Amino acid sequence: MEMKVDNLSVARGGVPVLEGVNFTLGAGQVMILRGPNGSGKTTLLRTLAGLQPPLAGRVSADPEQITYGAHADGLKATLTVAENLRFWASVHGIDSISAAVADFNLQGLTHRPAGNLSAGQKRRLGLARLLVTGRPIWLLDEPTVSLDVASVGLFADAVRAHVAGGGAALIATHIDLGLQADTFDIGPFRADGVRGRSGQNRDGYADFDEAFT
Amino acid sequence: MSLWEFANPVRFMALSGKVLPWVIGLTALTLIPGLIWGFFFTPEAVNFGNSVKIIYVHVPSAMMAINIWVMMLVTSLIWIVRRHHVSVRAAKAAALIGVTMTVIALITGAIWGEPMWGTYWAWDPRLTSFLILFLFYLGYMALWAAIENPDTAADLTSVLCIVGSVFALLSRYAVNFWNQGLHQGASLSMDKEEHVADVYYLPLLLCLAGFVLLFIALVLIRTRTELRLVRLHRLEIRERMKDA
Amino acid sequence: MIALLVRDMRLAMRAGGGFGLGLAFFLIVSTLVPFGVGPEAAILSRIAPGILWVGALLACLLSLDRIFQLDFEDGSLDLLATAPIPMEGTVAIKALAHWLVTGLPLTLAAPAFGALMNLQSPGHYWIFVTLLIGTPALSMIGAFGAALTVGLKRGGLLLSLLVLPLYIPTLIFGAEAATRGTAGLSALTPLLIMAGITAGSVALLPFAAASALRINLR
Repeated sequence: MEMKVDNLSVARGGVPVLEGVNFTLGAGQVMILRGPNGSGKTTLLRTLAGLQPPLAGRVSADPEQITYGAHADGLKATLTVAENLRFWASVHGIDSISAAVADFNLQGLTHRPAGNLSAGQKRRLGLARLLVTGRPIWLLDEPTVSLDVASVGLFADAVRAHVAGGGAALIATHIDLGLQADTFDIGPFRADGVRGRSGQNRDGYADFDEAFT
Repeated sequence: MSLWEFANPVRFMALSGKVLPWVIGLTALTLIPGLIWGFFFTPEAVNFGNSVKIIYVHVPSAMMAINIWVMMLVTSLIWIVRRHHVSVRAAKAAALIGVTMTVIALITGAIWGEPMWGTYWAWDPRLTSFLILFLFYLGYMALWAAIENPDTAADLTSVLCIVGSVFALLSRYAVNFWNQGLHQGASLSMDKEEHVADVYYLPLLLCLAGFVLLFIALVLIRTRTELRLVRLHRLEIRERMKDA
Repeated sequence: MIALLVRDMRLAMRAGGGFGLGLAFFLIVSTLVPFGVGPEAAILSRIAPGILWVGALLACLLSLDRIFQLDFEDGSLDLLATAPIPMEGTVAIKALAHWLVTGLPLTLAAPAFGALMNLQSPGHYWIFVTLLIGTPALSMIGAFGAALTVGLKRGGLLLSLLVLPLYIPTLIFGAEAATRGTAGLSALTPLLIMAGITAGSVALLPFAAASALRINLR
């Protein structure tokens, strides 16, 4: 289990935002993704998760090993906490949701409709979903939004337990989670929006532009 | 040198810029004499009267309306398979001309239908098919207009064009099944069994050629505009990124 | 995949108006037509199969935008796209859920609503059979349209504009079969062609819809 990212270029709305990204995420490793707002963290994570094709380069990881957690938790307001979790568990072929419920301290809430939860409780439910996917590589986009200090602690514990069990996590976040983690700064890989780093065609439009210049 | 090199926007812009004046000239040389010949120098038909002369607009526009959709299908497939920007922009450009041709065919048909059949509209299979074709054009163009990102729009409209073609064909068959009509069969055929006398046939052929050339000229102009629009969109985004 | 079907059915029922809204709309259309056309029994019974078909089709159209839109907005679609279920399967299951919540109730209710339009026997039987065979195609074609427009802010009207022309063949053969059957004529040919359209749509459109969804998620 390893995710190797090789010379990856990603685009948002057809425009390159990051170029030549290289890193390796191995088993047991936590990597924190850093970069200012709008620098392409979400685009990078979505590309790694296979939701959008890269402009160039490759990601060597089985998509079946990756799970993606974003701002939107994919929760249904009219389903209860248990029903929400049980759904994602059965989609991923996992039988039990009790560990996920316990790890994120949701025991008292299982019969509440997700729509009745507070923002922080919803977030915890969204993170508990990661555990019922049974997938080793977590790609998380700002997972701690609206969590209080205690809940951030629960989350950090969950990540620690996950990587101790041979998993890996790539987390875009601005706060210190208190984890043993490597930091990956995407700043140096930002595309300048005009010319490719290597000067070669980055997309179908490059020769397009020359027609007019 | 393969044909695909013209799919490169650079080559396309250069070549189309050179070809365009010639196409426009040829269009003028065929369409104007064709229409004048058809309208003023053909005898009135025995049982059709003066109204028959509308065929010089009606038949070519109806033919173009269908053929343009076929061209859009081909260029959409090329986009999906080979991702040539010129191809999908040409499909978008053609839709605008195709829908115009469809409207012209429908309106001239209605004008002609009144003296012929005593009604502007009948739910005849041919007429109905053209109305349905018009709806398909509308949907295709509306989808283009609704999506902001040019590449997403290109992908989705191409998928719609391919699926829509299947359903348009099904509709054609369904409409035939639904109502046998009063419209005369196709008046032109490639075999010798002509329904139309030579005096009408020759100017009609000239008009047909004129409409094809007119379409080529218009589609080239519009495709060039569409390509410039894509480039404009790109430049805008780049400027915004520089500011950010 | 069964889990997805169960979830979608549950959501449709909890959201309220899952079953009810389409049916109520269908009932209102069946009530309004006689007001517009006049109460003569002969005219009504002649147009009843066609009106029932058009009414069912429009009722079906009402809930199409919900097939993917809600899942798109709350991020479920992203998660489903990365889940072990192939996207084509997700589309097919969601179309099936839409049919169970809309098409099937409409099919069951249509013979009863036919009474409002003086639908004569064996018209009840034929309207039931043709809708039963035809409505799955309506749901599947609708799911394709919904997949095309899922990313758009005001996709509802556009969705109708895209989907209605695609409904024409199904409507023509379905209504034709129902009319012929009701009149005591042989309806086998249009019925078989419509069954073919349904089979073709269910077999092929999930691929087109899945590719449209992937494009929209990019």
